Amino acid sequence: MFSLETLTKLVQDWLNKTFPPTWALLIEFVIVGILAIALFAALGLVLVIMERKVAAWIQIRLGPNRVGPLGLLQSTADTIKLIMKEGLTPDGADKFLFNLAPFIVMIVSMLILAPIGFAKGFHIWDINIGVLYVSAISSVSVIGILIAGWASNNKYSLLGAMRSGAQMVSYELSVGLSVLSIIVLTGSLNINDIVLSQQNGWWLFKAHIPAIISFVIFIIAITAETNRAPFDLSEAESELTAGFHTEYSGMKFALFFLSEYINIFIVCAIGATLFLGGWMPFHIGNWESFNHIMDYIPSFFWFFGKTFFMIFLIMWFRWTFPRLRVDQLLNLEWKYLLPISMVNLIVMTLVAIKGWHF
Amino acid sequence: MVEEIGKTAEGDLIINVGPQHPATHGVLHLIITLNGETIKKVEPHLGYIHRSIEKMCESLTYRQFIYTTSRMDYLSAHINNHACALTVEKGLGIEIPARAQVIRVLMDELTRIASHELWWGAMAMDLGAFTPFFHAFRERETINDIMEETCGARLTMNYMVPGGVMIDLHPNFQNRVKNFLTLYKRKIHEYDELVTGNIIFQNRMKGVGVLSKEAAISFGVTGPAARGSGVSCDVRKLYPYEIYNSLEFDEILETEGDSFARYMVRLREMNESIKIIEQLIDNIPEGDFQAKTKAVLKLPKGEYYQRVETARGELGVYIVSEGGTTPYRIKFRSPGFSNLSCLDHITRGGKIGDLIASMGTLDLVIPDIDR
Repeated sequence: MFSLETLTKLVQDWLNKTFPPTWALLIEFVIVGILAIALFAALGLVLVIMERKVAAWIQIRLGPNRVGPLGLLQSTADTIKLIMKEGLTPDGADKFLFNLAPFIVMIVSMLILAPIGFAKGFHIWDINIGVLYVSAISSVSVIGILIAGWASNNKYSLLGAMRSGAQMVSYELSVGLSVLSIIVLTGSLNINDIVLSQQNGWWLFKAHIPAIISFVIFIIAITAETNRAPFDLSEAESELTAGFHTEYSGMKFALFFLSEYINIFIVCAIGATLFLGGWMPFHIGNWESFNHIMDYIPSFFWFFGKTFFMIFLIMWFRWTFPRLRVDQLLNLEWKYLLPISMVNLIVMTLVAIKGWHF
Repeated sequence: MVEEIGKTAEGDLIINVGPQHPATHGVLHLIITLNGETIKKVEPHLGYIHRSIEKMCESLTYRQFIYTTSRMDYLSAHINNHACALTVEKGLGIEIPARAQVIRVLMDELTRIASHELWWGAMAMDLGAFTPFFHAFRERETINDIMEETCGARLTMNYMVPGGVMIDLHPNFQNRVKNFLTLYKRKIHEYDELVTGNIIFQNRMKGVGVLSKEAAISFGVTGPAARGSGVSCDVRKLYPYEIYNSLEFDEILETEGDSFARYMVRLREMNESIKIIEQLIDNIPEGDFQAKTKAVLKLPKGEYYQRVETARGELGVYIVSEGGTTPYRIKFRSPGFSNLSCLDHITRGGKIGDLIASMGTLDLVIPDIDR
């Protein structure tokens, strides 16, 4: 199987040979930091242009096609514009918190990148509680949004932030439960172990209907978690103008925007890891030759392919569905998704105990 | 740090929605009192786009004043012009040639479809679905092309004049309209698939902004908004003008009175307009497109009133003449103003999202309200 482990090992060995251990570790930190920021920026640019192209395709129009070949440099131009713009702080705003909020949101989304396995043997932090870490850190971003809404001293922002708070706290439960139903099968929170447990097939196919139910619930819940339409109540354009980031401009707005897309990437990566096997190629049981052919496709192609497939699904939702009302949103979670996912978890536990899965 | 401004004594939040707001589609200003997400009061503030069209009309001749009315309800410009032309013709007692009558009705119905298409897209956008807007514009552009070819303009056509229409139909007109009919019939099912049948959409609309039949009558609501509450008020049926009494079409009535009923009325009304166009498109009589009129029109002393059915409801034109070349006083009874008046009544106790949905289905055009 194609692996990036040799590369990472090579770098580490060389560093340890040339520098004392403390220095080697520090240099590794710097390399990882630069890589994370580069990935962050690249993903932001790619996802924004992808969203606009998908939207254009669904809406029978062309989309951006002026800057660069096929308009692919449009988001770069947008970024330059946003950097050059003045970052206004409103008069009545709490200056410290107002400027702090976008950084909280962005730092949180950068932190979640850590345990994700991008390819075989290529992850920043191979921690044994990877999934727990992701769900713990991701719930911090709601604090950033609440701070942004409160500190702006704008009623639209406040309403948007409150909606966002209620929404993210509720939907976290469904995400957690559907993630748990896969954890029950793997018996490990380590992302690497979860991927390796799907060596003979992805959990979506191996664990019968309960896995499909939890996959559907997971997709619905992560759409709500990332504040995307049809659950984009916190920034409902036609109701609250722009919700919690109404007062933000320039790069501070861009940080919110960027972290929204990074969050989409991360939740989709988690979904791809849990249900679709992460970087694991498409394997079917013990069809040795078929599995062998699949192994020729490098593992990071599998990972990014699956993640972008899920991102496409979420974009498809956004450009198709109307928005829910705030009470309907909470009803959907507490009256339907939560009971279903609880029952589903019990069924999944039965499946795991009895060993009914493949 | 955050100051306590814009709050009532009970601690309710007061929010200005508009005059610049994505959901008001213009410069409507609503002052809403909120308790959390629940609406306690909606107070519309008008006048941001008041151009005193009625006063301006007093200094314009009977040929000139019609053009200002295109700027009232700009989505049914043809029908506004039609109402004014009819009033002047009533005063002068002009007989309109059969060809002109058919052309006028055809144009009215095309305008009605175009207006409803735009409303459909804009309303879906209010509810958070962006794609329907583009689908609606795909068909609407075809109508605008037809208008452009015959009238020379896409939005403010100024095509109807006292005595008939300004110029004859373009030779391509019939073909183009037929092409539009086939396109429309091929695409209309997409509207239901994309929006009407959507469960989220139905939840947002059903039982929201309920307007009872009695309330609709007492607020003076007309047009599709009133017909959604079961009030039979189609001027084309009740007080037929031009050739409407010889045409086959149904008055669409729904009885629920909620946003979904108003939505369904408009959607089904488009099909009725299609029916009218189909009856007329092959039967445009030959002859004059305009009656012979004097160069300077002088209405005899008296008062004249004519009502028509625009895409939004009943438009009344009231002219007081002193016998001169300009009206002494002119008054428009615009549908949007009365329809807006029920907004507070139907949204109280609802959520902010309900306000947007109700406002969307009332189909408000702000220049029509302010004039």
